[in-house]
Amino acid sequence: MDGTSSVSGEVLIAACSITKDYPGVRALDAVDFDVRAGEVHLLFGENGAGKSTLISILAGAAKPTSGTLWFRGREISLHSVHDARELGISAVFQDFSLVAQMTVEENLFLGEEPRRGAFLDRLRSREHAREILDELDFRIDPAARVDHLTRAEQQMVEIAKAFRSDLSVLILDEPTASLTNHETDQLFKLICELTARGIGIVYITHRMAEIQQIGSRITVLRDGRYVDTVNAQSASEEDLVQLMTGREVGEIFPARIPQTEGEMVLKVENLSTRDESVNGVSVEVKSGEIVGLAGLVGSGKSELMQAAFGAKEIVAGRVHLFGRESTGHGPKRNIQDGFLYLPSDRRTEGLMMMRSARENVALAALDVEPFSSGPILTLGGERRAVGDLADQVNLQPRQIERTADQFSGGNQQKVMLARSLTRDFRLIAFDEPTVGVDVGTRAAIYEFIVELVRHGVAIILISSDLPEILHLSNRAYVFYRGRVQAELFGAALSEEAVLAHLFEREGA
Amino acid sequence: MAARRAAESAVTLVLKRAFVRLGILPFLLLAALVIFTLMSENFLTSRNLTNVLRQSVYLTIVSIGQMLALLTGGFDLSVGTILALASVAGAMAMAAVYAAMPEAIWLSITIGCLAGIAAGTMIGVLNGVGVAFFNVSPFMMSLGMASVGFGIALYLTGGVPVYGMPIQFGDTFGFGNFLGIPTPVLVAAFLVLALYVFLYRTPYGRHFYAVGGNRKAASLSGINTRGTLFLTYVLCAFFAAVAGMLLTARLDTGEANIGASMPLESIAACVIAGVSLRGGVGRLENVVLGALFIGLVQNGMNLARIESYLQTVVLGALLILAVIADQIRLKYVATLKG
Repeated sequence: MDGTSSVSGEVLIAACSITKDYPGVRALDAVDFDVRAGEVHLLFGENGAGKSTLISILAGAAKPTSGTLWFRGREISLHSVHDARELGISAVFQDFSLVAQMTVEENLFLGEEPRRGAFLDRLRSREHAREILDELDFRIDPAARVDHLTRAEQQMVEIAKAFRSDLSVLILDEPTASLTNHETDQLFKLICELTARGIGIVYITHRMAEIQQIGSRITVLRDGRYVDTVNAQSASEEDLVQLMTGREVGEIFPARIPQTEGEMVLKVENLSTRDESVNGVSVEVKSGEIVGLAGLVGSGKSELMQAAFGAKEIVAGRVHLFGRESTGHGPKRNIQDGFLYLPSDRRTEGLMMMRSARENVALAALDVEPFSSGPILTLGGERRAVGDLADQVNLQPRQIERTADQFSGGNQQKVMLARSLTRDFRLIAFDEPTVGVDVGTRAAIYEFIVELVRHGVAIILISSDLPEILHLSNRAYVFYRGRVQAELFGAALSEEAVLAHLFEREGA
Repeated sequence: MAARRAAESAVTLVLKRAFVRLGILPFLLLAALVIFTLMSENFLTSRNLTNVLRQSVYLTIVSIGQMLALLTGGFDLSVGTILALASVAGAMAMAAVYAAMPEAIWLSITIGCLAGIAAGTMIGVLNGVGVAFFNVSPFMMSLGMASVGFGIALYLTGGVPVYGMPIQFGDTFGFGNFLGIPTPVLVAAFLVLALYVFLYRTPYGRHFYAVGGNRKAASLSGINTRGTLFLTYVLCAFFAAVAGMLLTARLDTGEANIGASMPLESIAACVIAGVSLRGGVGRLENVVLGALFIGLVQNGMNLARIESYLQTVVLGALLILAVIADQIRLKYVATLKG
């Protein structure tokens, strides 16, 4: 507990010896946690370590089985999110609680609409909304519809909602998961302003880089247990990984594979899509290499591969797959030819959440052995094949009949990755393969990708995570606004070079 | 006292687990059996239960089609119209051929059946084109087609029942037996078996679940989602049309006014059987049980002399109860999962 001495604000909320049981599972086991005024207290741990359970208890969304909650030195019990709000404790969860079809101000006051008699007081509502947004320095039009805003702006609205009443503790659950770098900077600036005002912030993140940028203290949880609280400024990455996983992970990234001169696998020439997300892009991929596609969200890196895979309409340009023209081929044809694209958003694009892991893994290979013979499914063969793959990706728990939504985020990702082994793929595009997964799973996923390359599979790694691109790829293309800004390899593939091209020629 | 309470909570836990695993249907079936056995001594006889089976045939066939629509995340409100249109078109064609060639009885029956099934399936083709290729919501598409089909059926007949079919049609497909089993039951059993093999033993069957489970993921996995959706509504209409022809044989007339209750009853049978309205979840064997359950309730209410108007009240209430039970089940799943 050496880190605690450096922070000396008033304790706002304290959780003492909190235990939370769900039938059959102990999600939290006697965990202590407190937030002081003016600090950013990071919660750190692998998926399933109990972070989400802890914050939902702090936010009043769940009740502890045992243990006590204290607010400014007084014992409290929270029966609902509303109770917590009354005390000034607000949480911004990953899934926003915004009504997309309503305006910003309607969302801000949802449930607590300013009224005159029985009627809505639109004028006061507009004024009050402006006050809140101005105070936070958010440049958002209160009359704009929420679904017309960017993801970052929606997050601002969500945060602004917390300011309806006096705020003392703000809980942020992976707020930067879907933000661009610029938007992240904006959020961090806001967090600094809030802490300067004496607001305590609980912050969950998987990103190491954010820790030193904004953190004051870090509490590490593992398997529902409290491990340690350390000072964010003095803790090294290695320390945290060890605290979090309970073992020496050492290097997260596997050793780079030497580039072998392989044959051309994918050749994209001057490709443009109908929705103009990609404009005249040319890319080449050879067998036995990992090609990184770097860029901000919406820079066209994912869209390019979706177009090459046949999931997006192409208006100009050509695609050659394994030496033959494949422009305009749909996903079915490409999969049969040995090209798979695994999407970034596993919930909305990757998995059937209420179907079993078995069906999810087998989905792209139902027309080949051992999953079927002729027009008839081979159920036994399917079960064996998926069982073997589950072992190979180390699925936890290893129950292939469990529905996808009953697995943790990291294991859902493994289910999707297993799909790439169901048939003889020679080119696989991974779109953000490590979004929202813990460090342990991340290392496993990298190892998985490298293993594929060893077997001669060509890999396209689409990622917003810079270290991922730098450590894994042999060559990288940097995307900016639908175009390739640079092709980097060898010594030129450095953090500075990629960063320079991510933002360069703004407005050009 | 404490021991008793512990025993009680153990029983509730077991019931809760059973409810989560099996859904509401087993509980409803048990309740229906007990209630109707108490209300009427004729209920629990093999004769009456055979009756139930025969009466439920039409709903069963329509329901297994409806299940496909629900699996892919939609539904088909035009199944009633399809029944009516098949009945009218089939009866007219059969009567016309029979009148022209009175000696070619089986030819007229074959042509009539094919014509009826083709006419009904056409509605499904249009539904499929609208939903799969023009992205019309299944609700609007099938609601619109329900009106179109009903209008056509009334226009063809002028609202008058169609007579003049060979007597052998009704004798065989309406009242006939084969190996001691009523022919309609055999037809239904064959269709259920065929659909079972198609759904659970071929990749195409898996595609229905995939499209309903996550259309985008299905598409990125190389599944032809539009084709699957199209096939969904064509198959659904095909099943409804077959039910329409079987019912025509039973009634011995072609009627434009049959099937009005089919959309509600078939959706109810599916939902009670645990088919999710969100798509992607549901088992064929349960849907068959769901349809039999509704037949059982209707039969039981008839024996208990409950007025037919009140019967529709009970059916509507059951449907809503099943949806509420599904919601509660989801909540239990969440708590049991942890």
